[in-house]
Amino acid sequence: MDLQAIAFYLLAAITVASGLLVITARNPVHSVLFLILAFFTAAGLFVMLGAEFLAMLLVVVYVGAVAVLFLFVVMMLDVDFSQLREGFSRYLPIGMVVGGVLAIEMILVATTVANRGAASLNAAPANPDAALPNAEAIGRVLYTDYVYFFQAAGLVLLVAMIGAIVLTLRHRPGVRRQNIADQVARTLESGMEIVQIKSGEGLSE
Amino acid sequence: MSFSARVTQAIKGAALMDFVGAFGLAMKYMVRPKATVLYPFERGPQSPRFRGEHALRRYPNGEERCIACKLCEAICPAQAITIEAEPRADGSRRTTRYDIDMVKCIYCGLCQEACPVDAIVEGPNTEFAVETREELYYDKARLLDNGDRWERLIAKNMELDAPYR
Amino acid sequence: MTSTALDFWATPLGWSLITVGQILLVTVVLLLSVAFQIYGDRKIFAGVQMRKGPNVVGPFGLLQSFADLGKFVVKELVIPAGADKAVFLLAPLISVTLALGSWAVMPFGPGWIVSNINVGVLYLFALSSLGVYGIIMGGWASNSKYAFLGSLRSAAQMVSYEVSIGFVVITVILLAGSMNLQQIVESQSGGFWNWYMFGGGLANWPILLVTFPMGVIFFISGLAETNRPPFDLPEAESELVAGYAVEYGSTPYLLFYLAEMSNILLMSMLFAILFLGGWQAPFPTPFTADWAPTAVSLFAFMWLFLKTIFVFFMNAMVRAIVPRYRYDQLMRLGWKVFLPTSLVAVVLIAAWRVFGPQA
Repeated sequence: MDLQAIAFYLLAAITVASGLLVITARNPVHSVLFLILAFFTAAGLFVMLGAEFLAMLLVVVYVGAVAVLFLFVVMMLDVDFSQLREGFSRYLPIGMVVGGVLAIEMILVATTVANRGAASLNAAPANPDAALPNAEAIGRVLYTDYVYFFQAAGLVLLVAMIGAIVLTLRHRPGVRRQNIADQVARTLESGMEIVQIKSGEGLSE
Repeated sequence: MSFSARVTQAIKGAALMDFVGAFGLAMKYMVRPKATVLYPFERGPQSPRFRGEHALRRYPNGEERCIACKLCEAICPAQAITIEAEPRADGSRRTTRYDIDMVKCIYCGLCQEACPVDAIVEGPNTEFAVETREELYYDKARLLDNGDRWERLIAKNMELDAPYR
Repeated sequence: MTSTALDFWATPLGWSLITVGQILLVTVVLLLSVAFQIYGDRKIFAGVQMRKGPNVVGPFGLLQSFADLGKFVVKELVIPAGADKAVFLLAPLISVTLALGSWAVMPFGPGWIVSNINVGVLYLFALSSLGVYGIIMGGWASNSKYAFLGSLRSAAQMVSYEVSIGFVVITVILLAGSMNLQQIVESQSGGFWNWYMFGGGLANWPILLVTFPMGVIFFISGLAETNRPPFDLPEAESELVAGYAVEYGSTPYLLFYLAEMSNILLMSMLFAILFLGGWQAPFPTPFTADWAPTAVSLFAFMWLFLKTIFVFFMNAMVRAIVPRYRYDQLMRLGWKVFLPTSLVAVVLIAAWRVFGPQA
């Protein structure tokens, strides 16, 4: 067994094990941490496929940004575990049905792919020109053949972003906001006024 | 504020003029003589009137000065001093017990002002930190011992301060 | 070296041994540098405040960091009640592993690099985005409100400033046309006017107006990314005691501290590599043509070393002279100033690459 095979089996085993632990861990924070481990080892598998650009993107986007938000939410949650487990037996049948359907679908897809030999088709290197850097190869495909899909995906994300802003932005009246430029622009002349007050007269304004 | 002044301000901000100025100032301070005193090896100046750890003094012939008049006990605002006295074998009045609770003491110096014979004084020593509270309940032996140890400095300080009293 | 020896170094075992040796060398040198970096940091901070700084342990106090190391190691390890023990101990390990792992792709000189990968910049970016986890996990596992608030702040801050750092790095990638750090350095050869801080070449002089501010933004974002003052809100001692590290002591705290200091050094060196030409000398060096390769590498490493020290000196001066930001000001700076500025810069530089004289 060469070094690559050892690395693959190690990474694959960690991915599967952490995937299992995501759903079996009792503490939800531990679940998210195992999810992150699964992402990370999946990135390692990408590197083994020669797709280092995708691997890094996976880590930057999913692990570095999305999973952090997951972790935030889960850490802030006040989950009552005894209450959660109360409904376990009640929801067990429907859960098993959904899980079973999913399992059957996945088995079907896997067997079809294996029988049709699509797996062998995919075994061709993702990057045919080995001299071409990974990022450049993706760019050449993404901005030529699939440019419309790429732009459509961008539009969807833009709509999602605008939606999030529309849902959360509130203009509250009467809120005093800090204007840092104004504050910095204050000088001695604009900031204070020196007046001479005669004794006993005071200042009327 | 005028528009042109705002533009000047924006350009100054973008060119980090504030930071450059602060940097220059910091560099100027960096080459200045240091203000630090390396404490255990160097010490700052101390006034002759400094009120530090207490000491009971003796006359040059070895006789203790304290005559058990209890003026210090009476004046002590923190009531840190406890004195018991009875005549000695030779008939002179002397203390049998002279305790200072250094935890209560506020180092006001009233005891040394009250003393008619300059027996109780606050010496220049500040380094009497101990590990337990009990060790800060000074008894007569400890105070006399302090007096013997610091006598030269105490005498010198009193001499220096004498013109102003 | 005989041919059999050459063959041995070409086998997987020999190759692994070489790599492990390189990693050990980089790690040892790095840890020593961190020790003296902490000393230098304290000395600069003290100097600005007219203090003397550490000067007791060893000559001029040079061995202060080692004394601190000894103190940290022999202290008792306290795990707070109610803490998640595994995560609590894992967090500093993750921090320090990621901090040391980043050094794998740093080019120290021509050919002096542990792993010359094509996505070096992205790798650094990925590892620094993972660095958040050490802090969040540590803060959460401590079972303390101060620690948790500190870790939330830290994570929000790092995620925010990563965005602007990313865009600034993209401007450099656009100019260099590569994500390989070694190639980025090589494309800045020939003199200081070819450094990306100054536009990257005389033909590029108009974009000096864009690249120079980008360098400044990268420097400031680097301060925020490494939780350095004036952005050290996660450990704001006046309000959060010590932030995410409040329950830590002994060796785990040492590891957090080590990771933070190593990251600061990494940011300084990354600034030198991306904007100050890395190991390139600031003037053309035709006289090194007939030097031995090792001498050339050492000469190049000296320049990188000097540049890193310069950037770190600026870093330490900022810590000494700039007051701490308030949290909303920090977020305003990241999202409302740096992000739009760097986005515009990406557009401008991309346009320059497409329509400029180099197109």
